Amino acid sequence: MTATEERPAASVGQPLRRKEDARLVTGRTRWTDSVTPPGTLYVALLRSPMAHARLTRVDVSAARERPGVVAAFSGTDLADDFGSLPMAWTVSEDAKTPSHFPVARDAVRYVGDAIAVVVANSRYGAVDALEAVEVDYEPLPVVLDMEQAMAGGSQLVHEDLGTNVCYTFHEEHGDYEASKARADVVFKRRYVNQRLIPNAMEPRSVVADPTAGADSFTLWSATQVPHFVRIFMSLVCGIPEHKIRVIAPDVGGGFGSKLDIYAEEAICLALARRLGRPVKWTASRSEDYQATIHGRDLIQDVEIAATTDGKMLGLRVDLLSDMGAYLQLLTPSIPLLGRYMYPAIYKFETHSFHCTGVFTNKTPTDAYRGAGRPEATYAIERAVDDLAAHLGVEPLELRRRNWIGHDEFPYTTVCGLEYDSGNYEAATEKALDLFGYDALRAEQAKRRESGDPVQLGIGISTYTEMCGLAPSRWLGEKGYVAGGWERATVRMTPLGKAEVVVGTSPHGQGHVTTFSQIAADALGVPFEDVEIIVNDTAAVPWGLDTYGSRSLVVGGTAVRRAAESVVDKAKLLAAHLLEADPADVEFDAGTFRVKGTPSATKTIQEVAFASFTAHTMAEGSDAILTADNLMDPETFSYPHGTHLCAVEVDTETGMAKIRKYVCVDDIGKVVNPLIVEGQVHGGVAQGIAQALYEEAVYDDGGNLVTGTMVDYLVPAPPDLPSFETGRTETPSTTNPLGVKGVGEAGTIASTPAVVNAVVDAIRHFGVDDVRMPCTPERVWRAIHQGGAGGAPAAEGTVAYGGDSTATTAGGGQA
Amino acid sequence: MVRIQMTVDGERREDEVEPRLLLVHYLRDVVGKVGTPVGCDTSNCGACTVRLDGMSVKSCAVLAVQADGGEVTTVEGLANGEWHPVQTAFKECHALQCGYCTPGMIMATVDLLEHNPNPDEQEIRDGLEGNLCRCTGYHNIVKAVQMAAGGAQ
Repeated sequence: MTATEERPAASVGQPLRRKEDARLVTGRTRWTDSVTPPGTLYVALLRSPMAHARLTRVDVSAARERPGVVAAFSGTDLADDFGSLPMAWTVSEDAKTPSHFPVARDAVRYVGDAIAVVVANSRYGAVDALEAVEVDYEPLPVVLDMEQAMAGGSQLVHEDLGTNVCYTFHEEHGDYEASKARADVVFKRRYVNQRLIPNAMEPRSVVADPTAGADSFTLWSATQVPHFVRIFMSLVCGIPEHKIRVIAPDVGGGFGSKLDIYAEEAICLALARRLGRPVKWTASRSEDYQATIHGRDLIQDVEIAATTDGKMLGLRVDLLSDMGAYLQLLTPSIPLLGRYMYPAIYKFETHSFHCTGVFTNKTPTDAYRGAGRPEATYAIERAVDDLAAHLGVEPLELRRRNWIGHDEFPYTTVCGLEYDSGNYEAATEKALDLFGYDALRAEQAKRRESGDPVQLGIGISTYTEMCGLAPSRWLGEKGYVAGGWERATVRMTPLGKAEVVVGTSPHGQGHVTTFSQIAADALGVPFEDVEIIVNDTAAVPWGLDTYGSRSLVVGGTAVRRAAESVVDKAKLLAAHLLEADPADVEFDAGTFRVKGTPSATKTIQEVAFASFTAHTMAEGSDAILTADNLMDPETFSYPHGTHLCAVEVDTETGMAKIRKYVCVDDIGKVVNPLIVEGQVHGGVAQGIAQALYEEAVYDDGGNLVTGTMVDYLVPAPPDLPSFETGRTETPSTTNPLGVKGVGEAGTIASTPAVVNAVVDAIRHFGVDDVRMPCTPERVWRAIHQGGAGGAPAAEGTVAYGGDSTATTAGGGQA
Repeated sequence: MVRIQMTVDGERREDEVEPRLLLVHYLRDVVGKVGTPVGCDTSNCGACTVRLDGMSVKSCAVLAVQADGGEVTTVEGLANGEWHPVQTAFKECHALQCGYCTPGMIMATVDLLEHNPNPDEQEIRDGLEGNLCRCTGYHNIVKAVQMAAGGAQ
């Protein structure tokens, strides 16, 4: 192809600076809490201080008398205002879904469960009046430990369900028992994937504004999923769908925690309807810690059947997954989303998977960055390292003996997934090179030999993941209520600019920039001439929002297709204007040309203006330069990569410090390398945080001990290293952009790399596991006292749960 | 109620406030400077960082009445005709994603560079210890600070 002078430079692949940033660096932002329609009232919620109790009396009358208070309600007062909150994924026939009212009616089931609502004319006045709400509690035994919750005679979180087991799920791929019978080694391990708090920097916030006589409503919410919110608010509050407009304005991060339908959205809508005035609720950070979903919280029993020469034959996985007290939108599905990722990149012949979802008196869990896949990757990558140590094989060598070779793609895994592409050897070689693997191994040997108090460990994680959620048909077969398509509209304006309407809902990912690049290249217009319209159901009627690393693969493809459809339409008009047969018109870089007549050209901008004037039109063509298109993925995309971590462990203090972190990710084609690297950095940081710093701890009364940012260690700048990133590029064959998702890859890969490094540093002391987070206390105990370093806190404190179960909960006083 | 006077981003203000009103809520709810967000309730996250009389403060940890007579600069008042070099560097280095921590991160960086115009990586990380970001892993924030300091490659 010959470049011409007018040809705009291709923008896909360029590290263009983000269009989003101008308002973000100057404070010209609109967060939900910044939206204050005239006459706004403020909502505060009284939350339960008890983890489990019957409510025998909730009296809000004194609160109503407080100055500035406009209204106050108990859960019973609001019984006719809304129904139960939705759960959208039925995972098995035996799955149980308890009622989940936005404000509790007769019992509270976790610390933070809403009991009463106060509406006042000021932010502080609403909170002040909460103290005047009178509540009588009849305390019930608290259920915290999953294994105790399943035992006979346990107190029930939901008495009407008759059990604390939410569901059991079982799937067999091949005959695992046959693999076991052939194996020389049956290697068993229990790993604990602790409970985490997602910590989007913006606490959740909701504003509901009744317009036109409380007949229709505008709802601003700090959400990842405005389209889901609209549908479910209609169903929960009984407001016709077309009377609700949901806007996700600037949203300060989500990481899955804002992929949900929350009580406060229904409460604010109901109050706006009752009072006929706008209302606002904004969580404080500590309120957010109780009332926004938590992530992870699994006990993972893993068994690998292998031969002595390191051939892994079969894999058995048995999970206990803590649902918390209620089911949020996707709660039961999260551990199951990971089930195909336990076999990971390895050629297991058989895979037996079992999962039990359990109710406890804690904040509900749901999707947190990676949603099931980080948990799976942690278990398998830890187990492969531990098995390597058991067999006396180099951990990288064990992986090489079992992974899928680059010449074996497309490869159908034991679970039936077809991995379209990948090259694990190339990514690993590049990572080893960047890392200086051999030199670090030599230094490790030297430190061991000399008995250096600071030992060096090297951790490996060779991950893959499935993302780009998801084929609609697949989701339907698995029991999910929605599809996985994405839709985009591209329209040319009269003066030749482009507007792109797309149903993903960005909250930090840079869609405005990335999608501008895709549309600009497809239309042949400058990057600056593209406007991206998102995050408002009135402007974007169709969409399935942002989660599961789907936005580029699914939404980006929809944008590209819609742009191509616009070009197809424009071509008819261009041919008419050029008095040529459409079959003889070619389009390249924004210009239509008649084959063989180089001087006969029309730019797409000229065609756009011609369609506006409509002075002369092609027969049979509507010549409206707008087109809608859809992407419903046929399969997933499978990013992969190799992450290597070197950790220095001070054996005298137990402090583990990352010395070097290298990752080489293969996410196919890259639209904007700057944004991609940013996603990798942030993802890796969150995975490191799980490995070394973060854990939601409950005491034996069910109180969230890590209830503020003082107690829950979100890593600050000095707690993290800089990262060395590299890429290999094996284009995905399942979408026209050749892209794979990147939003979750870093988080999925990094946690096991770090813990493998910590364990590797001290394995020669007889340590074969350190529970996450690998705090100095735990590492020190593992070295000096054996075991995995103990439960979330030292023995004797309220949070100590014992080594055998060591969930994130206390001893379980049932 | 207490009468206070303050200059906020160059604008002279006189308002009656509750003695308990936090500076950040004064800025957001009274003055309308909603560019400064609130990220926590324990003064850990630093999202609400502003400058008060040339000092970097977390405006959730200062009462509005304590700032009486003072001069406050928020991220909205930082640009003077053109962007402050720290704002430019944050965009150039992709040092923000969702942008919620960004106002505080930028204001803290301005303060850091005034005290230490040429910090090394560790000094940058230590200097921004009071500001949390959940999106970037800090990697590009460190680069942006280096660029703003003139030390970027």
